[in-house]
This record gives sequence, structure tokens and C-alpha cells, in this order.
Amino acid sequence: MKHLLSIADLSVEEIHSILNLAEEMHDVQSRPVKKLPALRGRTVVNLFFEDSTRTRSSFELAAKWLSADAINVSAKGSSVSKGESMRDTLLTLDAMGVDAIVMRHAGSGAVRQAAGWVRASMINAGDGMHEHPTQALLDAHAIRRHLARNGLGTIDGKRVSITGDLIHSRVVRSNVLLLKKLGASVVLVAPPTLLPPGVETWGVDVSHELDPVLPDVDVAMMLRVQRERMLGGYFPSEREYIDAYGLTAGRLAKLKEGACIAHPGPMNRGLEISSAAADSAGSIVLDQVSSGVAVRMSVLYHLLAGEEQ
Amino acid sequence: MEQAPRTVMTADEMTWTLTRMAHEILERNHGSAGVILLGILTRGAPLAARLAEIAAEQGHTLPVGNLDITMYRDDLRAHPTRPVGRTVLPGPVDDAVVVLVDDVLYSGRTVQAALHALADLGRPRAIQLAALVDRGLRELPIQADVVGRQVPTARDERVRVAVREIDGEDLVTIERTSL
Repeated sequence: MKHLLSIADLSVEEIHSILNLAEEMHDVQSRPVKKLPALRGRTVVNLFFEDSTRTRSSFELAAKWLSADAINVSAKGSSVSKGESMRDTLLTLDAMGVDAIVMRHAGSGAVRQAAGWVRASMINAGDGMHEHPTQALLDAHAIRRHLARNGLGTIDGKRVSITGDLIHSRVVRSNVLLLKKLGASVVLVAPPTLLPPGVETWGVDVSHELDPVLPDVDVAMMLRVQRERMLGGYFPSEREYIDAYGLTAGRLAKLKEGACIAHPGPMNRGLEISSAAADSAGSIVLDQVSSGVAVRMSVLYHLLAGEEQ
Repeated sequence: MEQAPRTVMTADEMTWTLTRMAHEILERNHGSAGVILLGILTRGAPLAARLAEIAAEQGHTLPVGNLDITMYRDDLRAHPTRPVGRTVLPGPVDDAVVVLVDDVLYSGRTVQAALHALADLGRPRAIQLAALVDRGLRELPIQADVVGRQVPTARDERVRVAVREIDGEDLVTIERTSL
């Protein structure tokens, strides 16, 4: 593996290899010395053209715990704000001899384009409305851990609902690709205005109602609804959205025993997810956060530890 | 040109050798108190488990764990990405006498990596090394405390340890590999 641009590029074996190593990396987090020497002497740049807290900081920690040097470059306060093109920024960093560039950009496909320009390994940390592969990997990792903890087997054959603002979500694309590769069936739940175009070719079920879906799912994944979207007329009011699609305390009871609730964050408590759901025993929201560093350590190891390609 | 592999240790001989090694570990530590065995993955792991079984027949409990040293190797960058195994500790290594168990002692680099890995897990009271085969040709100042068999070798020879848990049979062979 040279780059991580899209879940579509990964084989099932590669996915399992990444998730299995993430399991080991979880253990490292509970050791007295959290550092492993595997990437000593390597340099990882976090290049974020869009804001991020958890993705950027978990990539930074992941690099540091593998003994790589990590630096952060954000568009604000860099030469990007002086008008430098994305290509020149990338070529500049590449010329400094960095080994990996973790990049987030508002343009769908921007990271794949960048991979054609540089010598370094590119990691997609979110490109527009396209993909966010490490988020999908850590969601799968958190789900796997939940299933294992409760003796419920593997993701293969499980049913996962993804509910929320799917049209603007890069998480949903990566998650659908990944969950299907791991053998799960996926049902997308959203009003017609929030469903991505071409969703009928994704090989998933689609529902405009949440209530009939909940009793059958093993994982209920709720995605953030951006309040600013309301101005775009995607749904009439917060109240109506909650009534139809919010994971309220009342809907919680519809979930079957052992089902878990996932949310990639940041959560709008009281909108797409109630506090009762977010803090319930079946919630894996915090596991998703703690999986973030472990999964990103595993990704960095897979891309950077071996010989130069 | 490859030559046919030559047998260095048969299944029976491996059992006898491991029996002696287990006894030596108990002898040099005056029993099993505070001693834990850590098998270096991959083939050190089943060997450590067998040493513990033999010690158990003597009424001594030696807790067994596994140590993966992949991330500590000094040649990580010289090979395609290596899969990483699972480190499992039977308890805290702090103040324990840790006996590292490996199948073949050669350059000493694996042991060096294991020492680094162990240092990140705690501070053992002492670390000892038990190897089924010592083939010489050390590149570092490292020696084993308990050795199954000294086998003088040349660099273009390969020592292959097969164990029944992984390979279906117990056998140590040596063969010449020409490049």
C-alpha cells in the first residue's frame, strides 16, 4: 500500500490487516510506555485545508506514538492564505522530504489528484463530499470491538442503518463501501432531499422512515445534521426532523437487544441523537473516538513501515 | 544449487532437549518463583508453552506469554510491510525474571529488539535467554543462558525449526542456499 485514498482501493485482506493491527495498537495505549519505534525517522505532515480537531489530533498522536515526527499545516496562517495553490503547497512539502501527507480538502477527489503530484504517501483525511476512509475504518473497528465484547460474532451478515444528512456526508460513502466489503448489509435512512444522487447504484437499501428500520439493525449509525443545512430547505424544521429521524429516547426501545449506536461526531445532542441514546449502554460513540488513534497508527504502519515502493 | 536439508534434531531429540532446557531454567533460578516465560513470535511461542508444560510436570508453574518484536526490528524498512503479532503478558513484567524463548539464536538482532520491546513493557528484575538452536555468527554481544543445541553454521546455510503446533511436525534441519 502506497496511499490511502479510498476504501474502494482496499482489498478485504488489507482491511482485515489494518483492523487486526489496530486491535494490537489499542493495547499499546494502556501500556506504561505508549511509544513504538516502528516509524522512527519518518515524517508525517497533517495538511488540513478544512478545520478538524479529532481527525487531525488523532493522526498527530498516531504518528507520535509510532515515533514518527509530525507537523501540522493548516490553511489558516500558512502560505495557502497568501494565495499559494494547492499544488504548490504540496510540492513544497514534498520537496522537504516528508514521508506521508495526511490531507483534508473541500474538493472531492483532491487527495487522489495530489497523490499524482508527490513522492510522499498520501492519506485521505476527508475530501469534500467524497470519502473519509480512516473514519470508516475506525467505525468498523469500534463495531467489531462491540460485537466481540458481547459475543455477537463478526460484521459479516450484520445489518447497519446510516441515518442523517447523507447527501453532504463523506463518511457515508466510505462506510457503505467498507461495511459491504466486510459482508454487512446497509440501509440508508433520510428524507429524499438528503439522499445522495445515484444512491440506487450503491447496492444498499433506502428508507425514508427510521421507525420500521430500527428493529432489524445491529448497528444504528447516526450522522450529524448540520443546522445550517436547514437554510437550504433540505428539511422544514428541527422539530420535524427529530420527529421523523432523530434517535430519541422513545425510539431507543425499538432497537433489538445487543444493538449498538454509533455516531462519528461531533454530535448535535437533541437533534439527530438524544442524550438518552448517546449515553446509553449500547452507545459506542466514545469507543469510536478511542479507536481513532489505534486505527490511524495501523494505517501509518501499513503505509510507512516497509521498504520504499 | 540447493542441497537436500540435513536433519539436526529429530522430534524425539527436540523433546529431550526441551526437557533439559526446562530443567536448566528451573535450576538456574532455584525454582519457578517470580519467573515468567516469554516466547518470541512466531516459533518461540509454542516452545515457551512446552517448556512450561515440562516444568509443570515437575510441579513448577511458569506463566507463559508471547512477545511480538516486529515494530522493534532494525530492518523494518528493508522488507515489505511485516504483519504484526500479538504480545500477551501473563502478568506484569516488573520485578519478574523474564526468560525470553526463541527457536534460533543467530545474529542477535531479534534478541536486541526483544530487549527494547521488553523495556517498554516494564522493568524486569532480570532477563534471560533460552534458545533451542544456537547457530553462532553473532553480530551483537548477546549470548543465551540456556541453549538446546549448538550448531555451527555458515552464513549461506539456513536453519529451519519446525514445531508441531505450527508446522505439523517437530524437526530441525539445515540446508545450504545459494543465491
